[in-house]
Amino acid sequence: MGRYVLRRLLQMVPVFLGTTFLIYVMVWAVPGDPFEGKCGERDCPESYVSAMRERFNLDDPLLVQYAKYLGNLVQGDFGLTSSGLQVADRIAATFPVTLKLALVALVVEAVIGITAGVVSGLRNRGFLDSLVLVSTLFLISIPVFVTGYVVQLVFGLQLGWISPTVTSPTIGNLIVPGFVLASLSMAYVARLSRASISENRRADYVRTALAKGLPQRRVVGVHLLRNSLIPVITFLGTDLGAFLGGAIVTEGIFNVPGVGGLVFRSILTKDGAMVTGVVTVLVLVYLLMTLLVDLLYAVLDPRIRYD
Amino acid sequence: MTEQIASLVEERPRGLFGDAWHVLRRRALFWVAVSIIALVVLMALFPGLFSSGDPNLAELSRSRGAPSAAAWFGYDNQGYDIYTRVVHGARATLVVGLLSTIGVVLVGATVGMLAGFYGGWLDAIVSRIADVFVGVPFVLGAIVILTTLNAGGDAGTVRIVAQVVLSISVLSWPVSMRIMRSTAIAAKQQDYVKAARALGAPPSRIISKHMLPNCVAPVLVYATIALGAFIGVEATLSYLGIGLRQPVVSWGVMINSAKDYLRVAPHALLFPAGFLTATVLAFVMLGDAVREALDPKLR
Amino acid sequence: MLEVEDLHVEFRTRDGVARVLNGVSYHVAPGETLAVLGESGSGKSVTAQAVMGILDTPPAFVTRGSVRFNGEELLTASPERRRAVRASGVAMIFQDALSALNPVFTVGFQIEEQLRLRRGMTRKEARARAIELLDLVRIPSAAQRVREYPHQFSGGMRQRAMIAMALALDPEVLIADEPTTALDVTVQAQIMDLLRDIQRERSMGLVLITHDLGVVAEVADRIAVMYAGRIVEQADAVSLFRSPGHPYTAALMRSLPRLDSSKHSALETIKGLPPSLLRIPPGCPFHPRCPRAEDVCAVDVPAFVPLGPGRGSACHFAEEVVSG
Repeated sequence: MGRYVLRRLLQMVPVFLGTTFLIYVMVWAVPGDPFEGKCGERDCPESYVSAMRERFNLDDPLLVQYAKYLGNLVQGDFGLTSSGLQVADRIAATFPVTLKLALVALVVEAVIGITAGVVSGLRNRGFLDSLVLVSTLFLISIPVFVTGYVVQLVFGLQLGWISPTVTSPTIGNLIVPGFVLASLSMAYVARLSRASISENRRADYVRTALAKGLPQRRVVGVHLLRNSLIPVITFLGTDLGAFLGGAIVTEGIFNVPGVGGLVFRSILTKDGAMVTGVVTVLVLVYLLMTLLVDLLYAVLDPRIRYD
Repeated sequence: MTEQIASLVEERPRGLFGDAWHVLRRRALFWVAVSIIALVVLMALFPGLFSSGDPNLAELSRSRGAPSAAAWFGYDNQGYDIYTRVVHGARATLVVGLLSTIGVVLVGATVGMLAGFYGGWLDAIVSRIADVFVGVPFVLGAIVILTTLNAGGDAGTVRIVAQVVLSISVLSWPVSMRIMRSTAIAAKQQDYVKAARALGAPPSRIISKHMLPNCVAPVLVYATIALGAFIGVEATLSYLGIGLRQPVVSWGVMINSAKDYLRVAPHALLFPAGFLTATVLAFVMLGDAVREALDPKLR
Repeated sequence: MLEVEDLHVEFRTRDGVARVLNGVSYHVAPGETLAVLGESGSGKSVTAQAVMGILDTPPAFVTRGSVRFNGEELLTASPERRRAVRASGVAMIFQDALSALNPVFTVGFQIEEQLRLRRGMTRKEARARAIELLDLVRIPSAAQRVREYPHQFSGGMRQRAMIAMALALDPEVLIADEPTTALDVTVQAQIMDLLRDIQRERSMGLVLITHDLGVVAEVADRIAVMYAGRIVEQADAVSLFRSPGHPYTAALMRSLPRLDSSKHSALETIKGLPPSLLRIPPGCPFHPRCPRAEDVCAVDVPAFVPLGPGRGSACHFAEEVVSG
């Protein structure tokens, strides 16, 4: 097991380097003036430009630039934004909000998705089953921002049940945005659970469990579920990683002060340091999540443990 | 004896695709999806059939007009006829979806097949590269790519569309690659492939004649669903302001311009959103139906 | 002890109704081994599953017949009663132990859960008993093995583990559905020896479902031959092998290669294929393939003709077949 972890960590390194390098290149090394538009509508003053060039090592060859950037990163220095704030501070302020949102979404998708999927998977071809199939189909098809706007419009503006935007990012306020963020994934989880249960229902070991005279409740609740939920749980793990990086749209609609909004604004204002900083963190988080999911998978399924 | 054989031969085997078609034909969901898609394709190819108006004609006086007999879907904030724009918007929306899917499938499937078949260091490198691309959160990657490309100033229709297609393809190819790769690896273990190799068949023949027909199914299912997904993605990118934009008309562009006036003119957002959802739904339903039809276990 | 009488089971599918069992009757007494012999599709496994009450309903439906365990009718018993009989009265083991055992639980867990749930044992007691059972089925290092997962066992050991699991509640009858088909020959012999020893020790009834004549010859006391969902011949082992009373049985015997046959003679086969259960031929189901079929065979379903004490054959010409 330890060797497996080590191997995966080693595999992660080139991927991490590759991804962050790619982002770095796209932000900084594109032909053209990297400071275009960074100081608003005017041209940047000479002093600013030369100071920035020095700070970001733009006069060095690309790889050296990147290496120096990584060196700084490791020391916790993400650099400064174009307005002089510490990138690391801004990230630290907004990341927890996004994390809360992502966790809320995860819980919503897990609870609703798994319940719907398991129930419909157990009773194939009933009314409930068709209902779940059709509604998940809808949820998969509607882009997140449409769901977001419709929810905001109907429940926020017209019915007034919720406030249309998030004033303070408490867990309670984040439930609706979390629900919107989870809407697509919820459908996937439901379908995945349903398919997994349907497939495993006919498995030989279920027949054996029945032949042992175990009560139906146990056969389903312990034997069937434990096997069927393996792919679902691993999907949930990767989804959390995806949420952290992809909540931009939801945060935009509901005005959640998280990382998504931060990176969006900084891309539009071409704040290179912020963009690279945030994306680097997100990539790292995502890679760690995938590693955790792999480990989780090994924990859940003994067959792949002894690699 | 002959009656025995006759009774067995009654059910003639049709092969996977023949069987699948037979199952598909009977499913209502399949026909619903196909009709919606056919309608949208028709709209994209011959917008004139559906609307005689000009999608770029703005009449500010009619701004935010509600649906009426003259304009079935009403007018948006600039005074554009929403119905006409929806009809004309079908083309750009579909083109982006279609081209992205083709790109993703061609690149991904080719690379995946080669990686799965040859294995070894080719596979290792390809998989690591795929990991790199997968590690970038999609929306963020798209934003970065498109803002970088857009930095080059104003662009014409072709360039705008090409940029969006490119960014979607670049960020999504790993998925189809992995699907094809795992199918190829499984197919390679099959006895019929081993037999072909033992008989001295060159790799090109093994891949094209033996492995490809058997690996096509999951990629086909993915492509259908991806088409729907990419249409949705285009809309998301346009919503963020970095995807398609004027002078290109697409449903995503329409939603983007309507979002700020949601409270006063919800119809400006709801109609294109409705069409968008219906189209994506149709593709996803189609993909679902195709997958069930192709899955030997479900029959 | 276990009696199956005139059991009829149908499978209702999209393509029609498959008559999988058409009047199956057999019985097992304590300490006796009954072999149920037949090709794939003859209905031998379905009979066993119907006895256990684990058929998938739908699409399977028991339409007629009776299953009695120690005189108690099971088919009309309550679901709780049927469940109570499972594993503690009649237990079953399956062909492919790898898929029959749950891959995510240890072997110990799978044995112990029955003991804890149905016999109220504590965890420690159950663990001790599980180790005893693994010892009983001759698995070495039982105390370690009990903590391992099915995929860590070899094929033969897995089958033994499954046997141990089936014996946990001390059943009176064990149904073994092709227990050795997936194993190689030497392991086969070991498993069959094990089963025979256990059976003798516990005076257990053993129903051995198989298509392997060799295994049957070694182990069985009585044999029931099945074809197209019915028993076409039933007899004690010696008589069956010496003088089969049904053309199907005879053909099966002839198709076995023998050490003493001439090197250049062709292997005998039974021409044709078993019928589709959706469309069973009228009259005797075997008649299209039978070398001595006559007109009456295509019309009348043969009755079960007694051929002596505990012997019978469902053939219009049973007596002639028996005398050779």
